[in-house]
Amino acid sequence: MKTLFDWLDNRTGFRKLTREALYENVPGGSRWRYVWGSTLTFAFVIQVVTGLFLLFAYSPSTKTAWESVYYIQHEMTGGWLLRGIHHFASQAMIVLLALHLMQVVIDGAYKAPRELNFLTGIVMLLMVLGLSLTGYLLPWDQKGYWASKVVASLAGATPVVGAAIQKVIIGGSDFGHHTLTRFLAIHAGVLPGMIVLLIVVHIYLFRRHGLTPRQPVRRPDVAFWPDQVLKDSVACLAVLATILFLIVSPRLFSPDAPLGAELGAPADPSEQYSAARPEWYFLFLFQFLKYFPGDKELWGSVIIPSLVMGLVFLMPFIGKWKLGHRFNMGLLLAILIGAAGLTYLAYAEDRQKPEFQLATKQAHASAERAVALARLRGIPESGALTLLREDPLTQGPKIFARSCASCHRYDGHDGMGATPSDAASAADLKGFGSHEWLAGILDPGHVAASNYFGGTKFKDGKMVRFVKKDIARFDARQKEHLNKVVMAVSAEAGLKSQAGADSRDTTAIEEGRRLFAISEMRCAECHQFRKKDEDATAPDLTGFGSREWLISFISDPAHERFYGKRNDRMPSFGKEHQLTPREISLLTDWIRGEWATAEPVASVKR
Amino acid sequence: MDSPPDTPNPDRREFFKKASAVVLGGIAAAVPIGAGVPLLLDPLGRRDTAGAAVHVVNIDSLPVDGTPRKFTILASRKDAWNRYDDAPIGAVYLRRLEGGKVQALNVSCPHAGCFVDYASASRTFLCPCHNSLFHLDGTLAQKSSPSPRGMDSLEVEVRKGSEVWVKFQNFQAGHATKMARA
Ligand code: FES
Repeated sequence: MKTLFDWLDNRTGFRKLTREALYENVPGGSRWRYVWGSTLTFAFVIQVVTGLFLLFAYSPSTKTAWESVYYIQHEMTGGWLLRGIHHFASQAMIVLLALHLMQVVIDGAYKAPRELNFLTGIVMLLMVLGLSLTGYLLPWDQKGYWASKVVASLAGATPVVGAAIQKVIIGGSDFGHHTLTRFLAIHAGVLPGMIVLLIVVHIYLFRRHGLTPRQPVRRPDVAFWPDQVLKDSVACLAVLATILFLIVSPRLFSPDAPLGAELGAPADPSEQYSAARPEWYFLFLFQFLKYFPGDKELWGSVIIPSLVMGLVFLMPFIGKWKLGHRFNMGLLLAILIGAAGLTYLAYAEDRQKPEFQLATKQAHASAERAVALARLRGIPESGALTLLREDPLTQGPKIFARSCASCHRYDGHDGMGATPSDAASAADLKGFGSHEWLAGILDPGHVAASNYFGGTKFKDGKMVRFVKKDIARFDARQKEHLNKVVMAVSAEAGLKSQAGADSRDTTAIEEGRRLFAISEMRCAECHQFRKKDEDATAPDLTGFGSREWLISFISDPAHERFYGKRNDRMPSFGKEHQLTPREISLLTDWIRGEWATAEPVASVKR
Repeated sequence: MDSPPDTPNPDRREFFKKASAVVLGGIAAAVPIGAGVPLLLDPLGRRDTAGAAVHVVNIDSLPVDGTPRKFTILASRKDAWNRYDDAPIGAVYLRRLEGGKVQALNVSCPHAGCFVDYASASRTFLCPCHNSLFHLDGTLAQKSSPSPRGMDSLEVEVRKGSEVWVKFQNFQAGHATKMARA
């Protein structure tokens, strides 16, 4: 063994190198305040290691980026942990960079002869921010996509060269496959490579000029090893513990919270994401920008930040003046306080915006749904977005909110959870066609309420009069009959939620079908039901609420089969091409509660 | 961490410091690596989804003289996150035998996985890559063949008197024994 080491030493001189590395003098003894540089290096190493592992499973294209990250996060062994470490270590790096910078400035470690060291440090800080910006897009989820679009547009707004720069960076006029390949190349190749070089220079310069001791030096010098190394190790471990804690902490608050880094719903260029925000450490810039509207925007996005960065770069030279150091401390303090204040304002503003809260909630719901569908069905070649685009639970509420909620409600809201400002003028369609829904419409106390006919012209119509006068006077036997009729009509819908009851109550349903026709119940006077009736004037109840019935109804409520000429204000969505057949069937399936679920019914709810 | 002058055993204290520095630093370095290795080894824990039998053709489309014909097998397939319905997962040679039976051979060569050709002139199977030669029934046709075993036969069944159903499977190439690819 010894001979081997001797040979190695002879060829490489590693002993001298290690000795130099380990026995670097630490003037005034080891200190906790010197650990920041080491923890930063450590965090960077974590990023390189975990990043390399992630590269083994990541696939950069618009059809596979989200999908491969989903696979890492939810299917591969330990993927959530790996991704979690990479995500939170990146945030730790930002914090550590700030701490390191503070320590350097406060201790005056940027002054001559260490100017170059300071400058390489600041360049690395900018590169780490670049890593963060590029890494944010790689999962190709809604939040990364829309946040990056904003950044790209801002870059594009730079005069003269902006458009060209933007095109080169995103690899085309719009985000696409090449945006991802380019971002990945920058994120996993260019920037880390340059940072490694700069770290070497940075540490070499640091060793050359030695540590800047905290004045006054009271204690004797020691060697780097083992005192400072021990402190550094403890600090690194603490950083690691914090990262691990952040990964598992959501579980402390709710038992089925996702572990590790969040993965939003797959990026959808057609679906504006109003909860798009940059990472928290960019929020201050995001907020800052708000104060520079219109043509002044460039001041907030480029000019002022560049001037401030310029001042930071000049710190070592400003520091030469008598009051220079004070000025630098003041500048740093101003930047930190300003950033903290702006960050706070950004959060406070969002907290007061109900639309933001709702958008965030919806974003979480559709992220969960995308994962549930991917698990349930596997992802088609066209990508995970197809899963959401063809999912009634995802699309139904959106279509409803857009096209139906100006009159109808769904469980009191517009389908997406918001309450429209105008009062409802048509029925609430939650549970449409179900036993409960029908029992409600036949209840004298409810039929003319706003969640049924209250807002329509039918509120003084025959049906309402019948319910309010006749049914109100029904005796126990008649009520029993009515109940069976309700069972029979609600069975027409064939709802998933009622499958159990429908197959259990077959005799009562049979009975109800017969009772529908008897004159005492009066239903058949107006409605057609299960047999041809030329004089029917009210909507056909054959197959009421079934998929076919509902699709036909939404397509053309003014058809003879339904309201005919007596149709109130409801548009013929299909006939008038206000909705595509695809949209109508998604809407129908959603209203009928027909969407893919795992057994037993998954916990995906709106 | 200055050592007070009354420390009984400064050597021991020094050793303790060194040991803890090494251990703590070691842990810190090991965690990110430890988190990545399981992902790297993830494929080991995944099984090839051995397919169920698929209906390939009707027996009438196979020549009566026993000439083999090649068919692509379409089946649903999972590739990491993607699920494909009716994706090509491989190909077979089907050959009509006496008595309404059918023989199915996996077209991929047991040597290194090239697709074996049918040489109609000599009525043999010839692999274009390293010239392994096989008889019509799939057995080796050379004394010393690059291929360590004959072509892989597959389970085949004729249902309802005419439907040819094949249970498609891939086998590990390069071994003398036929082992299902896990
Ligand atoms: S692969 Fe067929 S002979 Fe080598």
